[in-house]
Order: sequence, then structure tokens, then C-alpha cells
Amino acid sequence: MPVLTDAVMLSRLQFALTTMFHIIWTLLSIGLSIFLVAVEALWLKTGDDHYYHHARFWGRLFLLNVAMGVVSGVPLEFQFGTNWSRFAAATGGFFGHILGFEGAMAFMLEAAFLGIMLFGWKRVPAGVHFFSTCMVALGASLSAFWIMVANSWMQTPAGGVFQGGRFVLTNYLAAVFNPDMPWSVNHMWVAAVETSLFVVGGVSAWYLLKKRQVEFFLKSFKIVLIAAIFVAPLQIYLGDGSGRAVARYQPAKVAAMESLWHTNPPGTGAPWKLLAWPNPARQDNDWTFLEIPYGLSLLLTHSLTGQVRGLRDFPREDQPPVTLPFYAFRVMIAIGFALFFLMLWTLWAWRQGGLTPAGLPRQTWLLRAWVAAVPLGYLAVETGWITREVGRQPWIIYGLMRTEHAASPLPAATVATSLAIYAGIYTLLSLAFLVFARRILLKGPDLASAPPPRGRPAPVPPPVPPPLGGP
Amino acid sequence: MEGPPTFLALLWFGLLGLILFIYVALDGFDLGVGILSLFARDQESRQILMASLGNMWHPNQTWLVVLGGLLFGAFPVAYGVVLSALYIPVLLMLLGFVFRGVSFEFQAVSRYRGLWRLAFGGGSGLAALAQGFVLGGLLSGPQVSAGQFAGGVWDWLNPFAVLVAAGLLCGYALLGATYLIIKTEGDIQQRSRRQAQIAAWLVAVASLTVALTAGLRHPELTRKWLAPGPLVFLISLPLTLAGALLSLRKGREYAPFFWTLTFFAAAFVCLAASLYPYLIPPGVTVAAAAAPDNILTVMLVGMVVLLPVMLAYNAYQYRVFWGKVREGVYGED
Repeated sequence: MPVLTDAVMLSRLQFALTTMFHIIWTLLSIGLSIFLVAVEALWLKTGDDHYYHHARFWGRLFLLNVAMGVVSGVPLEFQFGTNWSRFAAATGGFFGHILGFEGAMAFMLEAAFLGIMLFGWKRVPAGVHFFSTCMVALGASLSAFWIMVANSWMQTPAGGVFQGGRFVLTNYLAAVFNPDMPWSVNHMWVAAVETSLFVVGGVSAWYLLKKRQVEFFLKSFKIVLIAAIFVAPLQIYLGDGSGRAVARYQPAKVAAMESLWHTNPPGTGAPWKLLAWPNPARQDNDWTFLEIPYGLSLLLTHSLTGQVRGLRDFPREDQPPVTLPFYAFRVMIAIGFALFFLMLWTLWAWRQGGLTPAGLPRQTWLLRAWVAAVPLGYLAVETGWITREVGRQPWIIYGLMRTEHAASPLPAATVATSLAIYAGIYTLLSLAFLVFARRILLKGPDLASAPPPRGRPAPVPPPVPPPLGGP
Repeated sequence: MEGPPTFLALLWFGLLGLILFIYVALDGFDLGVGILSLFARDQESRQILMASLGNMWHPNQTWLVVLGGLLFGAFPVAYGVVLSALYIPVLLMLLGFVFRGVSFEFQAVSRYRGLWRLAFGGGSGLAALAQGFVLGGLLSGPQVSAGQFAGGVWDWLNPFAVLVAAGLLCGYALLGATYLIIKTEGDIQQRSRRQAQIAAWLVAVASLTVALTAGLRHPELTRKWLAPGPLVFLISLPLTLAGALLSLRKGREYAPFFWTLTFFAAAFVCLAASLYPYLIPPGVTVAAAAAPDNILTVMLVGMVVLLPVMLAYNAYQYRVFWGKVREGVYGED
């Protein structure tokens, strides 16, 4: 296979594998930590112990999830040096410092306060504990912010010039606030929140289906539903905005996402097609299915005859792959709308009185739909990122540096080996995670343990059993 | 061909040295406890060793992430060269971190707890050794041409690097054992004392051999060391180690750990003095590797604010979880 002898392709595959694995865990780190802030705030405010037990129960899953996120995140940072040393040298200062700031400002905050949040319930006053939970959530979100700054700069580089193969920064704020940044930061952050909502909601629905601790899990189910009312439509709005930003700043990518080969002549509109089979050799589609006239022009330019450039406008060597972004993009959109309609359906059921212990037996299909929706957010994020990253090709920094010029001078066999090792270990870890998460879920929440005092600075000293044997 | 480094580049050379020291001090005892857990008497004491780290392993390891990002930002060329030259040891280090990182949470829910505790010890040992090979490989001078690594993927594996790796492994074990003297009591504490003494002697032998080998191979190093500044630190190496051994014999609880830290600090200054003006000898100087001054300024402003804040809340965590660890139950309150 030619792939196995191509060190650049192998490095790309390794980066794809390790990022796609890592991002799974970051979603709950961002979203579930905010949920934990919410339930702890509710507990402090209302004194309802259910909310305390929600914090403890979801906290266990959170910890398991964070462990996976941490161990899979560290290799990513180092890959910029190990596998992409020419990228590192060329973009150095600016790109690298973002990772440094991310570590110092965000990752450390999350890592340090995690200890108090999970193990400090009886060691610090309730206020300090709540503060720690907030810091964990803030750290995770700040982390996402900096990483999206770094990635968006690769999509729409700004704030400097390339001189002698190196990026020379001239305007710091322009580089940080590059054109893609505001959209992608928000789109990704909301994606993490939305995925987390449907994970918490889906797990709660599973307990409701099993009729276990119904009153308890109705609380979490309603919290996520209320949040989803805002988040699900917001994400569709942000997706639309992101798409238009891509059309403006990365026209070749949007052409690939839509498998559009021909620029629409003035006075006509570009159609939107549901399905197509691109054929790069012919520079055209072999077939299309369900075309909506003017659809694409309307979507991307908000005008019936707005111009959308086709792939034929770009030299072949500058065209991204088409099939993968085209289909990945469609999966993401379908999920975005599916989650939106699931939210509407649930809202309607709530109004009909379906979300009460008495009404639940009539909502079996609704609850099953929520359970089925647990993986959807993850899938949407993965397909969205495939669209974003494959669509940026052949560039590592759009329009400035080609991916093939960015890799380290490594023998293919070395990269193939490390790729195989990562694939093996990540498979093992995923299986272990599934086994352990299942075990935690089967065990369910422990509603019997007594919460610590609320809002009063009275840390209980740890018990003092006799020392272990020996002199 | 190139001038001396700018003031900012020098400042960042020092600042990264400081952050590397913070990392080595904190994750050093952390990995050391892991290494020692392989020699624990039984599963129960292995569990207590893990519990002695609480959640602090997490921020401790994060210092490496901070260091990596800042090195990438401040000395991008060096970042690319070091990591691609040391591809295999870096990979091994990361794998070590993966296994020890998940072991804390996994052993709490797994039916095969012993297996994950072993992953904790094995992962720690692997990460420590790999870091030693990174250091040894760096000091062996990777081949560089046009700002990129130009050698082979196994260049880092040489007798000198083996020596450095063994030395670092013992150094981490020493940090871990002296930390355990603070955090434990009774049987485990006694055991840690003995292990600390053995580790201290091994460190003495290893560092002497490393210094002699390096000094004989590169006469210019000897000249650098014998300058009045570095000489003070070179002399303080055996003195601080003797301090650690003496305080161990006296049965002190805190002193051995802090003597060990001073030893590491002195070793760091010697290392920095040996490297300078190179960041990666003999191909890449501090001046050539540094990012432009404008980005170094942004980074400096950021870190002047962030570093004290990070240190403060890290210190607060240590205060909250201060005291002897008695139960083997990881993290439960």
C-alpha cells in the first residue's frame, strides 16, 4: 500500500487518529463541568440533597472521562514537534505560544482545582468547593478557546506575513482574532455543551426507562431539556454563520463541502444538492440526487443569485478531497437538526404532562430516542472536524503552507509503528472506559450518603485510624 | 553569522529552565513514587503509595504541558529539532504517561486492581527512563542541518544516554522516597528511608560517572564548569547529596526532600551552564532557536501574570490535602 511508505500521510493519519480520540473526552470536560456547576449551585441555593447527589454521581463519570482526556491530550501537543517539526519551526512563536498559554491559563486551572472538586467535599468550606467547580469549568472552556484560536489561525491566518518560510507576526490581536476565530470558538464550545446535554439527558432517560430513581433523574432530565431549548437552535444558527464564513474565507473548502464544480454564472443561482458522487478526475459529479435550485446561493450568500465558486476555479493541486468533506458535512447537519427536533418533541411531551412519574410510562419512545441520541453529538463533532480539516487540505495553513512541506523528516516505518501503537492502545483504553463507565452506570447514584454542611465553613478533619503496623 | 541572543531570548532561556525545574521537582517525586511502587511490599502499601499523590499528579504533570507549549513558542526551532530527533523516547514517555494517567481512575473501578497498579508503576518507570533518554540524547548532540534534525531515529541510544537515563531514574526515585517520608508513617516510611539512602548513593555514582564521561569527552565542558560561577554549583552537588544522606540518617522527615531539591537545582544550573550558548549542542544556539522579540514580549507579559497565580493555587491544593496519608482509598473524602 502506498500509504504505508508515505511518512507525511502516516503523520496525518496519526494526527487524525489521536485528535479524533482526544476530542471525544474534551466534550464532556467542557459541557459536563458546566452541568456540575449548575447542580452544585442549585444544591447550595435550594438545599435539595438530590442536587448534591447529582454532583457526586456525574462527578464520578466526569473523573473517568477527564482521565481519558488528559492522557490523550498530552501526546497531541508533542506531535507538533515530533511529526510536524517544519510546521513548528515555521509558525513557531505565534502558534506555540498559544499552546503555552492554553496550558498555563486553562489546563493547569482545570487540573489543579479538579482535586478539590472531586475529593475536597469535606476538606474545604462549601463556598470554596463551589469556586473550585467553577474553576474546573472555566479551565475547560478556556482550553477550548485557545485551541480554537490556534486552529482557526491555521484556517484563516492573519496578523503577519510569511518571510523566508517563517511566519513573522506583525499584529498580535489580528492573529488571535482572525476571521474564522469568533465563529469556530462558539460553534465548538456550543457543540461540547450540546453533546453533554444529550449525554446527561440520554443517561437520565435510560434510568427513567428502567424506572430507577425516577424522581432523581427527572430533575437532571429537565435541567438538560431547559438548556437544550436554547442550545439546540443556537447551534443551528452558529452552524449557518460558520458556513458563510467558510464560503467567504475558504472558498475551495466550501466548494468541496458541497461538491460544487462549476461557478454559477451571474444572474443564476447555485443549487443545493442532498447527495452527489464527486469525480475529481472528470472534475464533475457522476450523479446528484435531489437538487434544490438556488439553494446553495441562498444558504451561503443569503441571496438567490449570489456567486458560489466551483472547484474548477481552483488549480487541481489546490483542490481539497471532496467526497469525505461532502458526506461528513451532511452527517453533521442531519444530527444538528435531529437533536433540535428531539428537543421540540420532548418540549411538547412536557406540556402534555409526560414528564412526571405518572406520565412517563406513555413516553417510552421519547426516552428511547434520548438514549439513542447519546452518541449523536460525538458523531456530529467528529464529522464536523473531518469537514473542517480535510476541507483545508492541501494546506496546513490555508493558502500559505502546504501540509506536505510541514512534516518532520522521519522514516515512514517509524511513523507507521507509532501509529499502530496509538491505534492499539487507544482501542484498549476505549474498551476499558466502556466497561468502567457501564459499571458506574449500573451501580447508579448513591442517594444515602450524607452531604457535607452547606454554606458554613466547617471542614471536618479526616478520621485518624491507628497507624499501620511496624515500629 | 549570528549575534548574541537578545535579552528577551536569554530571559526565556532562564524562565524555561525555571519551569523545567518546577516540573522535574513536582513530577519527579510523582514518577518516583510510581517507580517505588514497583518495589512495594504488598498491594495494600502499593495502594497507599498511589493515594499519597492524591490528585496532585494531575497538576504536576500539567507543568510538562505548560513547558512544552512555552518551549514551542519561545524556541520553535529547538522544539521541532528536539522532538523529532527524540521521536522514540518521546513516544515512550507519552505511553508511560498514558498508562500511569489512567491507572488512578481505572484501579478504583476495575476488578483487576493489581494490574492497573502495575500500570501505574510501569508507566512511571517508563516515563522516567524515557525522559532520561531525552536528556541523554539531547546532550549527545543530535545532528542538525538547516534548522531540522538530520540524524537517524536511533541516534539517541548510546552508552552515555543509558547512563543519564539510569541516573535520572534513581534521582526520581530519591525524590519519591523522600516525599513518601513526609507523606507516610510506620512501615512504609521506614522502607522509604532505606530506599532513599540506596537511591542517594546510586545518584551519587551516576552523576559522578556522567560528569566524568562528559568532561573527558568534551574538554570545553570542563573549562565551562571550572569558571567561578558554575564551580560553586558543581561543588554543591556532592554537598547537597551528603546533606540528604545525613538528614536521612538523623531520621528527619522534611529535610531529605528539600536537600534533594537543592541537589536537583544545583544540577540544573550546571546543566544550563554546560549547554549555553547552545540550546541543542552543537547545532542550535539559544539565539538561533529563539522566536522574534515581539512574541517573546507577549509571552513574558502573560507569564509574569500567570506564573504566580499558578504557583499560588497549586500551593493551595497542597495545603488542602496536607498531612499523612493513612488510608489506601484513593481520593475518597
